[in-house]
Amino acid sequence: MRTDMLHRTIDELMEMMPWIEDYLSSFAIDPSQFGRTKLENLGSILTEEYFEERGSDYQTFIDGFFLFIEQVKVLQEGNVLTVGSLTVLPGHNKNGEKEEFSVELKKGEVTAIVGPTGSGKSRLLADIESLAQEDTPTKRRILINGRAPDDEERFSTEGRFIAQLSQNMNFVMDLSVEDFLTLHAESRMVDEISHIVQKIYDTANVLAGESFSRETPVTQLSGGQSRALMIADTALLSPASVVLIDEIENAGVDKVRSLELLVSNNKIVLISTHDPLLALSADQRIVIKNGGISKLMKTTDDEKKHLESLEKIDRKITQLRDQLRTGKEIDMSDLLA
Amino acid sequence: MRLVTVAGPPSSGKTSIIIKTIEELRQKGFAIGVVKFDCLSAQDEELYAAHNIPVRTGLSGGLCPDHFFVSNIEEALRWAEERKFDFLITESAGLCNRCSPHIKDVLAICVIDNLSGVNTPKKIGPMLKLADIVVITKGDIVSQAEREVFAYRVRQVNPGGTIVQLNGVTGQGAFYLAKLVEKTTSVETLQGAVLRFTMPGALCSYCLGERMIGDDRQIGVSKLVNFRGDE
Repeated sequence: MRTDMLHRTIDELMEMMPWIEDYLSSFAIDPSQFGRTKLENLGSILTEEYFEERGSDYQTFIDGFFLFIEQVKVLQEGNVLTVGSLTVLPGHNKNGEKEEFSVELKKGEVTAIVGPTGSGKSRLLADIESLAQEDTPTKRRILINGRAPDDEERFSTEGRFIAQLSQNMNFVMDLSVEDFLTLHAESRMVDEISHIVQKIYDTANVLAGESFSRETPVTQLSGGQSRALMIADTALLSPASVVLIDEIENAGVDKVRSLELLVSNNKIVLISTHDPLLALSADQRIVIKNGGISKLMKTTDDEKKHLESLEKIDRKITQLRDQLRTGKEIDMSDLLA
Repeated sequence: MRLVTVAGPPSSGKTSIIIKTIEELRQKGFAIGVVKFDCLSAQDEELYAAHNIPVRTGLSGGLCPDHFFVSNIEEALRWAEERKFDFLITESAGLCNRCSPHIKDVLAICVIDNLSGVNTPKKIGPMLKLADIVVITKGDIVSQAEREVFAYRVRQVNPGGTIVQLNGVTGQGAFYLAKLVEKTTSVETLQGAVLRFTMPGALCSYCLGERMIGDDRQIGVSKLVNFRGDE
C-alpha cells in the first residue's frame, strides 16, 4: 500500500482520502498547490529545510502520513472496541473485606451508583475506565464481553471507548452550535455531516428546557442547554460504547429522556447520582459503602410505580422554577389537593 | 536508570501529572527522583517535597532553557544514579514551542491541556510532534466532544504517539501512564545519545548580551520577514 501511495499524485490521494488535508495542514501544505506532485516527490520539492522550519523532517512527515491514515481508518471503522457487556469482578473495600458479588453491565442498560460522598463511587468509575486487572487499590477485575482484555487491548483503546459527562464540564470553544457540531463530526470522519449535525441539534433542543438556535455560541448556552447538547452529541456522535455520568441532577434537562436516548443508542450507561428520579430510572443500582460494592439492587416493579409520581414532582418543580423566572406567582394548589 | 523527559507549555499540568504518576509507581516499590528545569523561578519544589519526592531544580536564568537542559542532563542522571533511584523524571517547559528536550531512545512525554485551544497542537513543534506519549490534561472541565476533537488534532501532528487522558486533580488516568512509564528501558549514560531534534540555531549579538536595537547592532544569524508581501 505504501509504495502504491508514494507513486500517486496529491490530487489522486485527495480524491481517495479528502481528510489527508487535515494532516497536510499541520505542515502548512496546501494540497491544491501540489495537486500534480507525486507524494514521493513532495520532499525534494519542498526541501528538507521546509520541514525543519516546521519542527520536523521529511522522513517523519512521510511516516506520520501513513500512521495518520491508519489512525483514521480505525476511526472510520467505528468503535475502537465494541463493548457489549462489562463485568466487575469483586475486589475489596477500604477495610480489606472482600466484595461479595460481581456486577454485570449490559449494552442498553442503565446502572446507577449510589452512596455517600467519598464512599468510592469515583473509584469504581476509574476502575472501569482503566479496565482494572487486580492492579488498582480495590483489586477489582473488569471483563469486557465476558473475558479479561489483554494488555494490548487495554492500552490501545486510549480511553476512547468511554465517554464522560459531569456537572463541571463546560464548552470552551469559541464556535457556534452548528460549527462546533460540524467540527466534531469532521474529526469523527462521518459521511453525512449536515444530517448528523441536524439530528444532534434537534435532539438537544428536545432535551433542553429552553430552545436555542444553531447560531448560538456554545459558550453562551445555559447550563441546561449545554448539558442537553453534550448528551445528544455523546449519544449520537461519540465512538464510546460506555458513558459515565457524574451528577447531572440540577442541570435543567429532561433527565429521563436523556437516559433513554443514550440507552437507545446501545450505550452502557453508568450514572453516579443522589437523585431518586435518576436512580429509579436505572435498571439496577450499585450501593457503595466504605470503598466497596455492598449491594446490588434491581429496580423493583413497586419502585417503578413510584417513578411516575416522582416524575410528577420533578415536573412540578420545573414548573415552579419557570413561574419564578417569569415573574409569576407561585402556584402550589394542585399539589395540596 | 530509567529516564523520562516530560515537557509541555507552562501551566499545562506537568507537575501534577508527574506527582500522580510517581504515586502509582511508588505503590509498586519504585524509587523516583525529579529534576525540574526552569528559567526564572520554580515554585514546584515545595509541591514535590510535600509528596516526599526528592527533587533538584536547575534555573537557566539568562541562558536558553533547552540548551541549558542538554548541558545538565548528564549531571542530573549522575545525581539519580548516586541516589539509587529506579526512575529519573525531568520536567521542563517548552517555552518557544520550537525546542524539545526529547532524546532518542529515552521515553519522551509531552503534556498539553484541553483548554489551550484546538489550534494549539499545530503551533507546538517537536516537543509535541516527536513525543512518544502525549498526555492531555484538564479533560474534566470540557465536553466529551471537545476532548475528542482535541485528541484528533493531536493525532494530526503526532500520528504515532500514544495519547493518555489524565486528570491532574483526581489522578484518573495516572495508572495508565505509570504502566507505560514502567515499560521504558534503562540508560547507563547519555554520552553519545542524540537529541530527537535540533535546537533552534541562534548565535547573534543579542545572544551575547546586546540590548540596543538597530541594523548595525545585529551581527550573526538573523532572519528578516517581508511583512508587506507582494504589495
